Amino acid sequence: MIYMKDILYYPGCSLKDTAKGFEDSAIKVSEEFEINLKELSRWNCCGTVYSLTDDNLMKQLGPVRNLIRARDEGFDRLYTLCSMCDNTLKRTNKLVKEDEEKLDKINNFMDQENDYEADVEIRHYLELLRDELEWSTVSDKVVNPLEGLNVAPYYGCMLTRPKEIGLDDPHEPSVFDELVESLGGTPVDFPYEAECCGSYNTVDNEEMVLRKTQTITAGAGKSGADVIITACPLCHFNLDRRQADLLEVAPNHDPVPVLYFTQLMAVAFGHPEVSKFEEHAIDPRELFEPEMKVGSER
Amino acid sequence: MPDKPEAETVEIFIMGKKYEVPKGLTIMKAMEYSGYQYIRGVGCRGGFCGACATIYRLEGDYKLHTDLACQTTVQDGMYLTQLPFTPAGRKQYDLEELEVSNNPLLDLYPELARCVSCNTCTKTCPQDLEVMDFINEAIRGNIKEVAEMSFDCIQCGLCAARCPAEIPHHHVGQLARRIYGRYQAPESEHLDERVEEIKNGVFDDELEELVNLPEEELRERYENREIEA
Repeated sequence: MIYMKDILYYPGCSLKDTAKGFEDSAIKVSEEFEINLKELSRWNCCGTVYSLTDDNLMKQLGPVRNLIRARDEGFDRLYTLCSMCDNTLKRTNKLVKEDEEKLDKINNFMDQENDYEADVEIRHYLELLRDELEWSTVSDKVVNPLEGLNVAPYYGCMLTRPKEIGLDDPHEPSVFDELVESLGGTPVDFPYEAECCGSYNTVDNEEMVLRKTQTITAGAGKSGADVIITACPLCHFNLDRRQADLLEVAPNHDPVPVLYFTQLMAVAFGHPEVSKFEEHAIDPRELFEPEMKVGSER
Repeated sequence: MPDKPEAETVEIFIMGKKYEVPKGLTIMKAMEYSGYQYIRGVGCRGGFCGACATIYRLEGDYKLHTDLACQTTVQDGMYLTQLPFTPAGRKQYDLEELEVSNNPLLDLYPELARCVSCNTCTKTCPQDLEVMDFINEAIRGNIKEVAEMSFDCIQCGLCAARCPAEIPHHHVGQLARRIYGRYQAPESEHLDERVEEIKNGVFDDELEELVNLPEEELRERYENREIEA
């Protein structure tokens, strides 16, 4: 039996619902590295959006409780996939690590939990790949190199900003580019890689989000991209689902499929079937037809 | 003749007024002992109906405790009041017309999204349910988990009274259990069979006989009925 190393992982709500293909592909890809993504056995919402209200600590309780649970399970690192969860958990962690008084107050409030000692580190899965496994390990697992596939790396806002918690340079991020290269694909230079997707405006200002989606996806297309990758379920919703809505009002738009980065890895590693591509509004399967066949024969 | 031993007493404060009551009484009985008469805020007296929600503090303790008056015995220095009802909007819905695939919990109770996971609901629950966890499941649309985790809820409403996000947890749990029962739980064959028997009139004669009994005999039968101890 292969020895699998457990790492503790925080899925967040979207990965259990609209972004199931993100989670499933990440779990499958991790197996290739002999890593078991062990889900935190009890967790609550990350908080979704980091609260900027300085003196209202109520909004920090949810994220801190997740950190306490990670510690209670005996881990000092908690890995994330969703870039919004990553952002919220890291920023809350930073807040309480730097402000002892606030941490005390939160611990006093949560008097039925163990105290949080600010001793858990939040790491994004991309940091695991880049800093712990390194790209050569990723390349070693590739069975279907993405030769000739042009990939637009879409970072959005949450992975790199603010720079104190960002996992890459907020102006010139490169982690997705390096990932694509290690999978044998070609990262395309793309002017909207850090442009906001419109975020929650998708709920009540759909038209604005349609415009953002058009700018970003058409921009990627013009740069020669066959596909866009992301780490954010909300960006994915806006660029994928809203792109389908966009096609209804702008039939000349040339659609570009949007994938979670782990789905692209699963394709390159020979497991495209785990990605739930059928749930995407812009179906990417045509792009990967030969690989899909390899996958289904396994 | 020896003196009758005096019952040990404790000092409690009901809505701020001091009473001395025998030790060992439940809050409910202590209130009755003190002269209060229940018209509302009491039901089964057995910890099942959730009508007698009570909040109290103990002298020297900052915590606001919650419990059922029929299940908790009085302690010295208890400051208490009852909260027999919590206003909490219960939505009107037709179970047959809910769009089950589209998270009806969040649809009917959008205030669920205001949850900041402060865990006050869990700390409040006299049934020791993981209320915050099922609210998180409700936000994610996991009806089965909500139904199972809220199964022992007795609808006392204390969680809703304490929630800073003003969520009516008990109504959300009840809706989830109804949806689960109607659409998701496996059908129970013995229930179907029994319903069929009832429809076919298998029990009609028995029922008819009871309905026509004189009150005296009905009373006698009731008193001599077989019942679990």
